[in-house]
Amino acid sequence: MHPAPSVIIFTTLSGLGFGLLVFLGLGFPAVSGWMAFAFFAIAYALAVGGLMASTFHLGHPERAWKAFIQWKTSWLSREGWCAVLALIIMGLYAIGLVFLDQNWSLLGWIGALFSLATVFTTSMIYTQLKTIPRWNMNLTPAMFLSFSLAGGALLAGQTSVAIPLLLISALVQMLYWRKGDQAFACSGTDLGTATGLGVRGSVRAFEPPHTGTNYLLREFVHVVGRKHAEKLRVISFVLAFVLPVLLLVLPFNHFFALLAVASHLAGVATSRWLFFAQAEHVVGLYYGKR
Amino acid sequence: MTQLPQSTDRKMGLVIDLDTCVGCHACVISCKGWNTENYGAPLSDQDAYGGNPSGTFLNRVHSYEVQPAEGHAQLIHFPKSCLHCEDAPCVTVCPTGASYKRVEDGIVLVNESDCIGCGLCAWSCPYGARELDQAEGVMKKCTLCVDRIYNENLPEVDRVPSCVRTCPAGARHFGDLGDPDSDVSKLVADRGGVDLMPEMGTKPVNKYLPPRPKDTVEDQIDILAPLLAPVAEEPKGFLSWLDKTLEKL
Ligand code: SF4
Ligand code: SF4
Ligand code: SF4
Repeated sequence: MHPAPSVIIFTTLSGLGFGLLVFLGLGFPAVSGWMAFAFFAIAYALAVGGLMASTFHLGHPERAWKAFIQWKTSWLSREGWCAVLALIIMGLYAIGLVFLDQNWSLLGWIGALFSLATVFTTSMIYTQLKTIPRWNMNLTPAMFLSFSLAGGALLAGQTSVAIPLLLISALVQMLYWRKGDQAFACSGTDLGTATGLGVRGSVRAFEPPHTGTNYLLREFVHVVGRKHAEKLRVISFVLAFVLPVLLLVLPFNHFFALLAVASHLAGVATSRWLFFAQAEHVVGLYYGKR
Repeated sequence: MTQLPQSTDRKMGLVIDLDTCVGCHACVISCKGWNTENYGAPLSDQDAYGGNPSGTFLNRVHSYEVQPAEGHAQLIHFPKSCLHCEDAPCVTVCPTGASYKRVEDGIVLVNESDCIGCGLCAWSCPYGARELDQAEGVMKKCTLCVDRIYNENLPEVDRVPSCVRTCPAGARHFGDLGDPDSDVSKLVADRGGVDLMPEMGTKPVNKYLPPRPKDTVEDQIDILAPLLAPVAEEPKGFLSWLDKTLEKL
């Protein structure tokens, strides 16, 4: 898949933002007044910034509101609803904390639930696609949710939860890569089933239907950049998990905490780039590519 | 609504004969020609006369080589357009309801004024049957020429999809695949028509007819062949003189 910057920015930032909202909604840290304002401002900047970035890849962003209509079948629509509900509920909760010195904890819990649901629905947009075996796995939502919670805990300064969550995310990431590397082969789809000619012998793409490129090749067949995948995996793993955990176990220091967040963010963004760049769509088979 | 209908009254679709398709791409051109000036936004091209041309097409023809365990390889031309799937994933993923499947004939269409161009439907289609138009920012796909097949302004013979009407080899057939007595259904039953990527669970309506077995070439072609061997090895008389003279020149 084409690793569009808009979706990488969106899933990375929003994941982190909604992860922070989960912890704020649950009352970790228990903040009020201007301190609360600062935390919520960061969370909203990340979550809303990410959502805005996601509209950049639309052909008609001005019609984006129509995406709320089909929540009964479409994960993209459900994601829209969850995001808006989470932001409204958490907004009310924040007003209570910041301006009225009120802690409406029930509202916070509901907001946290919708924040988590937003991350889950985002992951389901990818997970549901049978056409991309590497995404069509239970580990995809596990990865999105664990990353979001780990990042949220890190931002919320909850060191004692952040360390185990980072370790869990690291494990999920490793499993995701391992299983993902075999997913295409295990899916049973090849040029033989794609053309229905596999029963007759081995099929080879002989002539493409067009000499130039097209939307399908640009969007679904991204082969450049995959060659550095192994190196990027190591970089992303170290940045997202190893370095933050090391910085957290050191004696607390504001600079280290900030560095841990920055490192984690860069690592997750790299992992997301790989998530898209390494995902192979079955349509590539028709072109003799993957 | 992007909920799929429980069932459709008819299942209109195409049957593509891989035995007779000659790979001329006439259906590709006629499809583009008809559809760029009819249903919905035109099918745009980018840099059409430049070094890196690219454009939107609803139908494309691939070519494959199949090498059996024994014998000669075979070249097969392979036209591909939307298969109007019964369990169309492209419909259910659409957040706006722009993508839908018609109850009356099963045709899968895009209502372009509702399409936000998110591209998710193209991601969900295993066959690469949907292309986002770069100029309009909306999703384009085969309409089964919905503006021809019921069009009473056209002579009856033209009330079939443009690609079917154009195919010089008669490799494309159009009809109701939900009716077991229709010509297309009989053809599929007769020739053992197959689904593409059945494992994807999309239940395509369009069917592909596999190539028929080729004739085998025997060593001894014809018992009369020895009698037809050339008789005169060397030219004689005038021809011989001409031959030699020309040789010397
Ligand atoms: S071929 Fe693709 S676009 Fe057409 S109905 Fe099936 S899934 Fe949808
Ligand atoms: S690109 Fe258009 S038709 Fe396709 S899913 Fe998005 S809104 Fe629906
Ligand atoms: S049915 Fe019409 S739109 Fe579909 S491939 Fe044929 S000519 Fe193109």
